[in-house]
Amino acid sequence: MIRVQGDDFEPGAEIDRLLDGHTAVGGVASFIGVVRDDPEHGPALRAMTLEHYPGMTERMLAAIEQEANHRWDLCASLIVHRYGRMVPGDRIVLVVTAARHRQAALESCQFLIDWLKTKAPFWKREETEDGERWVQAQARDDVAAAKWQIEPSVD
Amino acid sequence: MEVLYFAWVRDRVGTGREHVNPPDTVTTVGELALWLATQSREHAEAFRDCDVLRAAVNQEHVSFGHPIAAGDEIAFFPPMTGG
Repeated sequence: MIRVQGDDFEPGAEIDRLLDGHTAVGGVASFIGVVRDDPEHGPALRAMTLEHYPGMTERMLAAIEQEANHRWDLCASLIVHRYGRMVPGDRIVLVVTAARHRQAALESCQFLIDWLKTKAPFWKREETEDGERWVQAQARDDVAAAKWQIEPSVD
Repeated sequence: MEVLYFAWVRDRVGTGREHVNPPDTVTTVGELALWLATQSREHAEAFRDCDVLRAAVNQEHVSFGHPIAAGDEIAFFPPMTGG
């Protein structure tokens, strides 16, 4: 299941809803991305605005989720990604994977967030005390995605 | 065809979407980028360094060698920074 929304989400409620009726689940992994104000890296962050490509965003998230379900034996999975303006501490993204065993849940959760960062069409714009700027893509994100051996079907 | 721009590419071009009618000699995403760069000073600035741009045709990631056709939705944007 994937969802793109402007509103915040409540992780506990999302997980409960996802697991409802899945009695074969033995492990659940989750990742929550949060807006960070890191004083060691540049001017203080006031807010961050996430822009996205409506339509393509949903397609890419669905394709990435499908790939995870192809690679791991999952009982249920969920990606919720927000867009719009957020302030430090706000939740940006939620990834939940549920499987019979922990390894599939943990690995697929990391795979989903790694691939999402380099494939889902979102762009962050920061408002700092020194002005506004578009966030530059990080080479380490490409490295993180590449370690899952990118296949051309979803690229 | 419809051309969409996102993030700083949109800022530089000055619009998020436009309808364009390139000549028949423009057959790939890369050729479209080069042609768009000739359309205004703002476009030239946006497409100055195509190496840092990414593209999608009909909402699928593609390389700049990907063919394009009338009716396609083509998007140009910087590398993604979601998550």
